[in-house]
Amino acid sequence: MTVQTERPPSGPVDVHKPDDREPRRPPQRGGALAPYLLLLPACVATVLLLGWPLLKDVLLSFQNLNMAQLIQHVTEWNGIDNYKETLTGGDFWRVTLRSILFTAVNVVLIMIFGALIGLLLARLGKRMRVTLMIGLVLAWAMPVVAATTVYQWLFAQRFGVVNWVLDKLGWHSMADYSWTSSQMSTFFVVTVLIVWMSIPFVALNLYAATTTIPDELYEAAALDGAGAWRSFTTVTFPFLRPFLYATTFLEIIWVFKAFVQVYAFNGGGPDRLTEILPVYAYIEGVGNQHYGRGAAIAVLTILILLALTAYYLRIVLKQEEDEL
Amino acid sequence: MKRSLFGRLWPNVTAVVLFIGFVFPVYWMFATAFKPTGDIISEDPVWFPTDATFEHFKTATDADNFWTFVTNSLVVTVLAVVFSLLIALAGAFALARMRFKGRRGFIVGFMMAQMAPWEVMVIAIYMIVRDASMLNSLVPLTLFYTMMILPFTILTLRGFVAAVPRELEESAMVDGCTRGQAFRKVIFPLLAPGLMATSMFGFITAWNELPLVLVVNKEAEAQTLPLWLTSFQSVFGNDWGATMAASSLFAIPILILFVFLQRKAVSGLTAGAVKG
Repeated sequence: MTVQTERPPSGPVDVHKPDDREPRRPPQRGGALAPYLLLLPACVATVLLLGWPLLKDVLLSFQNLNMAQLIQHVTEWNGIDNYKETLTGGDFWRVTLRSILFTAVNVVLIMIFGALIGLLLARLGKRMRVTLMIGLVLAWAMPVVAATTVYQWLFAQRFGVVNWVLDKLGWHSMADYSWTSSQMSTFFVVTVLIVWMSIPFVALNLYAATTTIPDELYEAAALDGAGAWRSFTTVTFPFLRPFLYATTFLEIIWVFKAFVQVYAFNGGGPDRLTEILPVYAYIEGVGNQHYGRGAAIAVLTILILLALTAYYLRIVLKQEEDEL
Repeated sequence: MKRSLFGRLWPNVTAVVLFIGFVFPVYWMFATAFKPTGDIISEDPVWFPTDATFEHFKTATDADNFWTFVTNSLVVTVLAVVFSLLIALAGAFALARMRFKGRRGFIVGFMMAQMAPWEVMVIAIYMIVRDASMLNSLVPLTLFYTMMILPFTILTLRGFVAAVPRELEESAMVDGCTRGQAFRKVIFPLLAPGLMATSMFGFITAWNELPLVLVVNKEAEAQTLPLWLTSFQSVFGNDWGATMAASSLFAIPILILFVFLQRKAVSGLTAGAVKG
């Protein structure tokens, strides 16, 4: 996944003025219906394959649908029972709080280290920069499932490299430590994994953004007597702010629904203590076969994500006003 | 501005440390996959495998149904990419080249769709697929994967279509082409790099997908590689050599695609097309 960052590689970002908008043209051949016909297949697909499941999810969340009803193909409406049960039970709120904390920690780490590495790339010499970029691209390219499996091996209890290193560094109690045995250690590994695989996107894009800052701005700042720190706060940072803003939200959304890493690493265990909302919905719904309740949790999760997405799009649309 | 030795040194030292940190997991995957079992389960890690073996790859590829999973993954992924490209190309052309009411609305709609929370929609999709009696089939997987990558494909292709200079199209139309011909003969060839790049990203998404196939396809004949990889450990226990070989096999196509994809995607799009 990428953000839409297809601006021309040169030239400042915000200087786009709407005057390069095309003039109104006379009605084109093919008639006024042409664009709608061209968009029709995409819209049909979206309604059937995205809209319908979303609606179905809402419908399911008002049904009493467990193993028995599933096998007998019966529809039992039960009003808002699923929501009542979910919202009044302690589990949902615990998982929600956990999801928020988990997302916050990950996103803060990703953004801080991603930004620092992006700035470091801008400062390195060419050869070193290309080397580090290759490393970042490799980590970025690793498929999630493969990366999770590799991290299971790195953090394996027996013969895992991490335990060996910790032991050699003098932390001997870690020699045969089982990282999947506790909530915090599981979250620790999952966080390292997510941060590791998310940083390259932020760092490389941030570096690309720094290359679009016009040199004149730095020269002007230098003429005004600004030092390195001051030209950073008055030129670099304001220039990168819109980009950082958009990326932060993108990362929030991605980490919030990080199903695969959490599920594949430890299945939400031990004792369901590392379930975040998407995993919780899956385990309640499919795992424990309370499909209706799972759907209700899913709807609540979707609502949270929808709010985040709407906010993200507002940021992006404001920036790309001219492009639309 | 001259920097002190320290000022020149620390960025490079940091870069080397970071490089190792980012590459090590990938390196360790391949290294473990090629190491003899004795080197994998040794008290002190063997950092550089000296005698490579293909034994673990053999274990992985000899695993039950391995080739079924490979075929399924390829079929589902390739079909999803092709379908979404076909659907997206039409839509992207309209969004990039035509002015019409609601254009902005469509774009925002696809941006929303791009962020769709597929991970939490699996229960609903399971019910839909089951009611259609299509569990354990590749058809629903293909359809939903097509949809998963469709919004991204449309939005990205829109950028690529917009980057083809309008003059080219117009001069073709002046030369007597219809709009359709102008698209086929002028724009389409120039779009090729964009199509490649977009389809590769789509390929990566579909190739990686886990939550949906986990829920809808319980039978081995209809499963794909990501599912196989997550269950690999339960089948092979602590055979890390084979597990890492399996991970390597799964990751290699993506790593190769990704290396090609970087930069190539955007460069050389219309260079020289107007000059001649």
